[in-house]
Amino acid sequence: MTLLQFFLWSVVKVAVVTVILLMGVAYTVLLERKLVGRIQNRWGPSRVGPFGMLQPLVDGAKNFLKEDLIPTAVYRPLYLLAPIISLTCALVSIAVIPFGEPNAGPHGLDLFEISNINVGLLVILGITSIGVYGVALAGWSSNNKYSLLGSLRSSAQLISYELALGLSLVGIVLRAGSLNLRVIVEQQAEKGIATWNIFGGLQFIAFFIYLTAAYAETNRSPFDLPEAESELTGGYHTEYSSMKFAMFFMAEYANMITVGCVATLLFLGGWTSPWGNLLGPVENNLVNALLSIFWFVAKVFCFLFLYVWVRGTLPRFRYDQLMNFGWRYLMPLAILNIVGTSLWLAYR
Amino acid sequence: MAERALAPKAIVVYLPTGRCVEHRLQPTDAAAPKNGELMHLILFLIFAGLCLAGAINLLLQSHPINSALSLIVVMSSLAVLYLLLGAEFLAIAQIIVYAGAIMVLFVFVVMLLNAGREDRTMGSRAAKLIGFPAVAVLMALLATVIVRIQGLGAAQLGAGLAAAQTAVETAAGAQDTSNLAQLSQVLFHELLLPFEVTSVLILIAILGAVVLARKTEGDEPAVERTAAK
Repeated sequence: MTLLQFFLWSVVKVAVVTVILLMGVAYTVLLERKLVGRIQNRWGPSRVGPFGMLQPLVDGAKNFLKEDLIPTAVYRPLYLLAPIISLTCALVSIAVIPFGEPNAGPHGLDLFEISNINVGLLVILGITSIGVYGVALAGWSSNNKYSLLGSLRSSAQLISYELALGLSLVGIVLRAGSLNLRVIVEQQAEKGIATWNIFGGLQFIAFFIYLTAAYAETNRSPFDLPEAESELTGGYHTEYSSMKFAMFFMAEYANMITVGCVATLLFLGGWTSPWGNLLGPVENNLVNALLSIFWFVAKVFCFLFLYVWVRGTLPRFRYDQLMNFGWRYLMPLAILNIVGTSLWLAYR
Repeated sequence: MAERALAPKAIVVYLPTGRCVEHRLQPTDAAAPKNGELMHLILFLIFAGLCLAGAINLLLQSHPINSALSLIVVMSSLAVLYLLLGAEFLAIAQIIVYAGAIMVLFVFVVMLLNAGREDRTMGSRAAKLIGFPAVAVLMALLATVIVRIQGLGAAQLGAGLAAAQTAVETAAGAQDTSNLAQLSQVLFHELLLPFEVTSVLILIAILGAVVLARKTEGDEPAVERTAAK
């Protein structure tokens, strides 16, 4: 494959994945509204299109057509930059996520991953840690006390939970002996569900820590203090309107999808089926490729469902409880998990 | 200026020697290494320029938050330069630790204190008269030393890594080892004691900070104390 072909294939892959991700974002919003509606014993959006399926399009058009207000007292350069940082960081991390069988394309091309990096897991963590600037700068540049409080909370919260998040993944890396996401998945594929990290790998504690920390990292309920509407009106995005608000909104849901993808890859065997390599692959290559996509999407969907379910049922933490929980319980638990996993790996 | 002269060559050095680098270039065709070198040079020039621009902007900006953001640009472009040298772990660690964690803390403090625009003073005349020549002399000295030691040829960046690589390769029967494996071999095997001692040192520093920040009994809360001032 020449450099030009490589370049063209990369552009095509980036375009397709980004469009699918954005569609996913739009329909995750609908999923959330529908599910929260059912949890609260009402229907949710049901008027636009069959079962309200066209609601995301209408929402998008509404946000696009709204008047774009910029308050006079904001610090303009950063006020404009903040939503861009948020959305960019949310969209970029999908680039290292493998969502299907390796080398499924023509000429052994890696069709189902934009770029296969040997430190892929760290790249995702790095991009997540940059994403906080979007929220922090949005709150500060808005020149509004509620926004500032929201962004201060968010910076502190993200720094605190990033530690637990990173430490919870060390057990997985120890087991796989690699930071490459493909290697981590293939190591779990051996006996299917029995070798998934969450069950056979005995990483369920890590899974719980990861899930909790990821909820905090994505500012989702019950850790959505940066935008707690009962105390801070809208938190860091109080002063944003129209598409700029929509960019924060899209970033939040894109982050949810990324977290779902990462959890699927690390704990639930990625694109492999629940019986893994026990049943051999089907004769037809196309069926194989589609099956791997099916399993990946199904697992990610379960995570999104869980996200909404938790949002619909758990009340919000108080701020000091949040910090206490992160530092006093999650962090030590994550360290214990690392020690336990190392001992198990050493003496098994 | 020394970096400008040396660094592109340093990149070139890493291409043909490293076993894993060669391995990574195989999927593209035979003409690829040449393309790769050119690509490396272009990327290096872009990000070195970005790094310098960020550093200069950091000094020129009068608002702390703009300076902090320029520093983030510097850190991130440094990470890309590490990546070009073939140190992917160091690059990502730079992003996570410096651009991600430490700079968030900087920005957090700037926001918390709500630091405003700083007044620009003209500075003392002595600083101008002595400072700039002194900096120039220092830079020239450093450049001379670096050039003397390494010559203008192949820069010996990551000599420790190369040594570790040969050690690992002889041990593992010349298998394909990644950069990360070499790094961990150095950190957790050959340099284990200094590494652990450093971690204890950092732990002591953290404990010291906690002790200093802790309220003793009978002390009035910190908030009231600052308010009383």
